[in-house]
Amino acid sequence: MLVESIISNGLAVGAVYALIGISYNVMFAASRVFSFTAGSVGMLGGVFGSIFIAKMGMPVVAGFLLTLLLGAILGVITEFVAVRPVLKSLDQHLYVLSTLAVALMIQQLTAIYFSTDAVPFPRVIPIEAGIVDQKFWLPILACIVTILGLEYLFRHTLIGRAFLAIAEDTYAARALGLPEVGLRMASYALAGMISVLAGFAAGQLLFASLANGPLLNFYGFVPVALGGMGSNRGAVIGGLALGLFQQTANYFFGGIFSSVAVFIVFIVVLLVRPEGLAGAATARRV
Amino acid sequence: MTAESVPTVGGAATSSTWLPAWFEAWFPVILLAVVGGSLPLWGDSFFGIIATRVCVYWVLVSGLNLVVGFAGQLAIGWVSLLTIGAYVASALTAGRVTPEIPAYVSLVIAALFGAVFGLIAGLPALRLRTFYFAMTTLGLSTIVTQIALAWRSVTGGGVGIPGPSMPVPFDTPWGFYYFTLILALFCTWMTCNVAASRFGRSLVALRDAEVAAEAVGIHKPGLLMTVFLFSGALAGLAGGLFASLQSYITPDAFTFDLSVLFFIAILIGGRGSILGPLLGTAVLTILPEFAAPLVQWSTFLYAVLLLLIVLLVPGGIADLLDFRNRKPLDRHREIRPRPELLGQVLGDGQRGSVLEIKGIVLAFGGVRAVDGVDLQLRSGEVHGLIGPNGSGKTTVLNVISGYYAPQQGSVARDGGDFTREGSYTRARRKIARTFQTPRIVGESSVIDNVMIGATTDGRASFVESMLSLSRHRRDEASLRERGMAALALVGLERIANVRADRLQHSELRFVEIARALMMKPSFLLLDEPAAGLSVDEIKRLGQLIEAISRQGTGVLLVEHHADLIFDICDRVTVLNLGKVLASGSPDHVRTHREVINAYLGA
Repeated sequence: MLVESIISNGLAVGAVYALIGISYNVMFAASRVFSFTAGSVGMLGGVFGSIFIAKMGMPVVAGFLLTLLLGAILGVITEFVAVRPVLKSLDQHLYVLSTLAVALMIQQLTAIYFSTDAVPFPRVIPIEAGIVDQKFWLPILACIVTILGLEYLFRHTLIGRAFLAIAEDTYAARALGLPEVGLRMASYALAGMISVLAGFAAGQLLFASLANGPLLNFYGFVPVALGGMGSNRGAVIGGLALGLFQQTANYFFGGIFSSVAVFIVFIVVLLVRPEGLAGAATARRV
Repeated sequence: MTAESVPTVGGAATSSTWLPAWFEAWFPVILLAVVGGSLPLWGDSFFGIIATRVCVYWVLVSGLNLVVGFAGQLAIGWVSLLTIGAYVASALTAGRVTPEIPAYVSLVIAALFGAVFGLIAGLPALRLRTFYFAMTTLGLSTIVTQIALAWRSVTGGGVGIPGPSMPVPFDTPWGFYYFTLILALFCTWMTCNVAASRFGRSLVALRDAEVAAEAVGIHKPGLLMTVFLFSGALAGLAGGLFASLQSYITPDAFTFDLSVLFFIAILIGGRGSILGPLLGTAVLTILPEFAAPLVQWSTFLYAVLLLLIVLLVPGGIADLLDFRNRKPLDRHREIRPRPELLGQVLGDGQRGSVLEIKGIVLAFGGVRAVDGVDLQLRSGEVHGLIGPNGSGKTTVLNVISGYYAPQQGSVARDGGDFTREGSYTRARRKIARTFQTPRIVGESSVIDNVMIGATTDGRASFVESMLSLSRHRRDEASLRERGMAALALVGLERIANVRADRLQHSELRFVEIARALMMKPSFLLLDEPAAGLSVDEIKRLGQLIEAISRQGTGVLLVEHHADLIFDICDRVTVLNLGKVLASGSPDHVRTHREVINAYLGA
């Protein structure tokens, strides 16, 4: 029972971290920018679901689609407000501050207009709990669907290949005549959708809670940093491993010290291997 | 230019502001002392409490300012150190872990804890990318609050714990106010000292020109660790004061909003300034108190403010207050170096030394950028290194400077091999260099940029500089004098106090040479110093380089101007596709058939 609980909780939470990690990666690929909005928008996935379905009584499908739409819009707003103006001077790292500002605004608006406490999330699928409850397998399902979807997009569609071209070499892609700005906005919309999907799918597990914003920001970034930035495979493996590690530590040492353990592992691994466990060497400096 | 117009030490003659230099340097301390000291005369007790809060926050922000404003590290979660300091001081005075401890002692221990955790929080900054460091400080601040909630026996959990109460005469509100004001003044004074020392200049250099900072011997990890310790100690102290001011603390008191306030105060104030962040802290602390309906919205407004500053005024208040650099510069400035001053700058050169590069190989992926290059540089001679674009000239320089470790081969001076030592060790071996694109700290004055060159000659420790002890003052006087001499040598002494980013490109090249000469180098590596200079300037540059070599310094000159090379070089090495094509006297190389085919043309 103990092992099952660790595994189901760990994989479910890990899938959420992986999704947020993929969201970081999609934005990074399009713009070389890590955005603090990844986790805050993810938090909104749970909040929107709770508002639309539980409070306003919308059908689950409608509430879900509306949440996705709002996620995409928030992604585009992030690109327009916090990323595009600072792309010129990428070396000054102003994006760290501009995306932090947007994430803080999202957090504060949620605190003022929604709630500062955790609010329960409605059941998404009206079935009896089987061997494994939907709150565990929904995030995992969302993660699998996202990976398959991205795989299809990148391998089999023209737009997906244009994405890859931009991620590989922005200047060359621009010289080829690819609509760089449009594709970047589309990437941010996609990242926003992946983030809210994570929050929505994890609603029953993590509730609709303001506190999820910073937590998802941090724990979603850990797999990206450890798995090597830009690598979705790394994010998924790292996310699931992190989830399992955290839940194991949770059972043996209690919740607080599991986060301390994650933090220590994160710092130690990065100090030993700054490029991540699977990353490449750094670029030339002089 | 006559000898009389060479400015005096301290550069007061050229600054021509309406205030004496010392007043300008100590203005933050004087302002705080006058306004803060007289507050009880014109403010009521409500104001006193807000002013106490400003002082407590400023104790933290003044230290954080060195990390964020000077070193440019995005430490956004510094509230974690405030939390640690507050709980340490409170738990100790309340006797939760030890017998009850006096309040003063608890503040000292809080500062010690702050220093240790400041170092831990800062460790990732030594090796990691900017965003990673921002993220880890953010992570730390979340975790510290969680621990405060959970560790009930020590922190009181959600119920909280009383803060330390100060003994007489600091037990009244005004008494406590003066206590925090004195500490705030002390912190301002210390950070002003650090900012005006070689440590402050080195931090700014690491922020804006990291590669050049390493070349002059600044050891990034060592310096950053010192600053994290200092900043952490002030944050821990501020935490103890904060707990005393609150008189009772719970984890709710340490929201992330506080971190944002600290951080934005520095950004509004402006990077590399002390007055700006001081004003920023005061404004951000006072404003919400007088706009009660906005309290709920205050963090949202901070966020909006953060976005607006980043997008619209990255320079902050300090830029608006920088009147000196509004004055237009003389438009037709000519650079006239005075090689006759070289003896004063370089001193007695050490002759008979050899820098030997043997068989270095360096490949980037499949490209062999340097493929077995040998080169000997002797003191007192100018050695030209030429070749087509991409032939590996700059890469050879970068291997000598230690930015790249070659896969094979060695670099040694007089038999002492240092191929694999970090780039910051080159300054100790008296190997200086300039860069193809000048690496200058644009926001610092020209003289500050030049003084960075002799960072390793400073004798005062960080603590001596922080407290402005005599060794620090001697260091500063001698560095400034040498800096002015180096500027006079390259003919730029008239613009010593101008912000470097206002200079023309050609002037920046000469600033880099002055900075390199500050090191009194035995070997000087020049990477395309003539690029972008006028014909006249190139001629004067040539004379300067020749004069430098006559003083005993060995010069390695990477250049595309063939005339300059064949005019002043004693020996020339030609590279092509990473290999040595020819090497020898200028005449030998000039007539070498393969060199003509590959590079010079008929």
